[in-house]
Amino acid sequence: MNGIDPALLIAALMVASTPILLAALGEMVVERAGVLNLGVEGMMIVGAVSGFIAAYGAGNAWAGFGAAILAGAALALIFGVLTQGLVSNQVATGLALTLFGLGLASLLGQGWVGLKGPGLGRMDLGPLADLPFLGRAVFRHDLVVYLSLGLVIVLNLFLFRSRAGLVLRSVGENAASAHALGYPVRAIRLAAIGFGGACAGLGGAYLSIVRVPQWSDGMTAGAGWIALAIVVFGAWRPGRVLVGAYLFGGISVLQLNLQAAGAELPIELLSASPYLVTILVLVLISRRRHRGGEAPADLGRPFHASA
Amino acid sequence: MIVLERRPAPSTAWQGLSPVLAVALTLVAGGLMFAALGNDPFAALRAIFWDPLFGEFAFFFRGQLLIKAAPLILIAVGLALGFRAGVWNIGAEGQYIVGALAGAAAGLAFYPADSRLILPMMIAAGAAGGIAWAMIPALLRVRFGTNEILVSLMLVYVAENLLASAAVGWLRNPDAVGFPGSRDLSRWGSSANPELIAGTGAHWGVAAALFAVVAAHVLLTRHITGFHIRLTGAAPRAAAFAGVNGGRLIVFCFAVSGGLAGMAGLFEVTGPAGQISIDFASGYGFTAIIVAFLGRLHPIGILLAGLLMALTYVGGDNAATSLGLPVAAISAFQGMLLFFLLAVDVLTHFRLRWRPRGVAA
Repeated sequence: MNGIDPALLIAALMVASTPILLAALGEMVVERAGVLNLGVEGMMIVGAVSGFIAAYGAGNAWAGFGAAILAGAALALIFGVLTQGLVSNQVATGLALTLFGLGLASLLGQGWVGLKGPGLGRMDLGPLADLPFLGRAVFRHDLVVYLSLGLVIVLNLFLFRSRAGLVLRSVGENAASAHALGYPVRAIRLAAIGFGGACAGLGGAYLSIVRVPQWSDGMTAGAGWIALAIVVFGAWRPGRVLVGAYLFGGISVLQLNLQAAGAELPIELLSASPYLVTILVLVLISRRRHRGGEAPADLGRPFHASA
Repeated sequence: MIVLERRPAPSTAWQGLSPVLAVALTLVAGGLMFAALGNDPFAALRAIFWDPLFGEFAFFFRGQLLIKAAPLILIAVGLALGFRAGVWNIGAEGQYIVGALAGAAAGLAFYPADSRLILPMMIAAGAAGGIAWAMIPALLRVRFGTNEILVSLMLVYVAENLLASAAVGWLRNPDAVGFPGSRDLSRWGSSANPELIAGTGAHWGVAAALFAVVAAHVLLTRHITGFHIRLTGAAPRAAAFAGVNGGRLIVFCFAVSGGLAGMAGLFEVTGPAGQISIDFASGYGFTAIIVAFLGRLHPIGILLAGLLMALTYVGGDNAATSLGLPVAAISAFQGMLLFFLLAVDVLTHFRLRWRPRGVAA
């Protein structure tokens, strides 16, 4: 395609992928603890609106990110109390969280539509930013982009190189055994759920504060659901989740560029392409998975320590 | 310390009482939310739940009630069959859109013919469209084991784009210069889905919804497929040993829920909505999930839950115009209802017991 600069494309890809990456990393930890939270979309959009309002009010993007983290975690804890404390169905409760979150966000966001937020400056990386191609592509982003990449490394170390991560995974693989060994299954799962909510909230706020950057109703447009699909695609491993998130970010950026460049394809088909590709990838993954399970064994199963 | 003790069998009393308690708790929490928004909570609750039924303009609102309840009940009855068997069709909204598109396209192919056969043909096409859209996640699940929740949900966004392309492109009214949207199907005699009894709002969709409730009840209580659905939901392993074909059951549940959602879309586009337009999708497919759970996944419960949920829509509109309550407050209110319902459900399966701390179980 003429008129599409590859360096700018990579730069846009990284920004577009960051919200999905953050939400997917959070959900990955939740699912590693054996809990399926389908409320990612709801937590993201509440994070988006509360983050935007706080950032606008304080005139500072970081106030927004902080508020979004708290809002996402608070919402996740409703889910946590219901599923862990009251042993409710995880699928139904997650759906309730999404439906409630969408309604709450649209309620909170009234009167904030179309306003311009404070924005977030890019990090000063000195000479790196002046590198010929790489500088423009990867070294001129804001701090959150690099934080999300750092989180990939931290989570990899946590899950596979630390004792706490081992305990978390054991809770997800076999909650009854972990309980028998004396680990507090419910507390660990609650902590994971809260972390997942914080990540989803932060991802949502990145959408409304940096990526777009304004608030509009329903602006997450399924990003939370795509994040759930990416966790499956990423086989519950941080590195592969990163690949998945950047792949989907790449597709959504590419289709926007194709639309702008006036490609000979219907706009609706291009807009639907990220979702179609998600379905295609899910199918390919599930074919592969038939040979051996990668999902945490106790994923989605409620745990109640019987007396 | 309060501990949960599993009941040997689910309490039948709580099964019936928990939706009532959930509604009561939601009224309290909703009232607090309305108060936080700066409205008088009692005036708001009165505007939502009392005025549409018994107020000065009740004659107008009562008709609206059935118009809103019909698609919710029609979709929820189908979804509940799947939910009972552990088959999660979350994409009813997409099947609703595609059903409306398929039915409208089939009808408009004969425009401006005058025949009584056109509306029944459109209803069949609407159901077929919904079934076709639902078969994508169902067959992928059966053939490849792909997660049906994510696929059916992704297809909602694809369907929304399909709707946009229809409204501005291939189904656009050729006589309306420059305006998006199809011909007005409610004004074309052959395709119109009119009010059958004046003042009630009852159109063919209402009749279909009532029929679906009865049929689903009979299916669940009298038919072997209904037994298989209940068995699979209660004990999947036992069902497999008993020879229940899980794949066939998934396809069946998706076909029924997709077909009903498609029909709901067709009744909407030929009646209350009137035409295919960009904003045709109204979220019925998602709200129906709440209706299905509120009705305890039971057809008759769903009938009542659908009416209650329709009342929150109609009353929410009323509160929006008379009190300036944000319309979005109603969807938050509906989400809250589902939370409370799921929370109260614990009493069905568990008993709350007081046990002093430190005593070993």
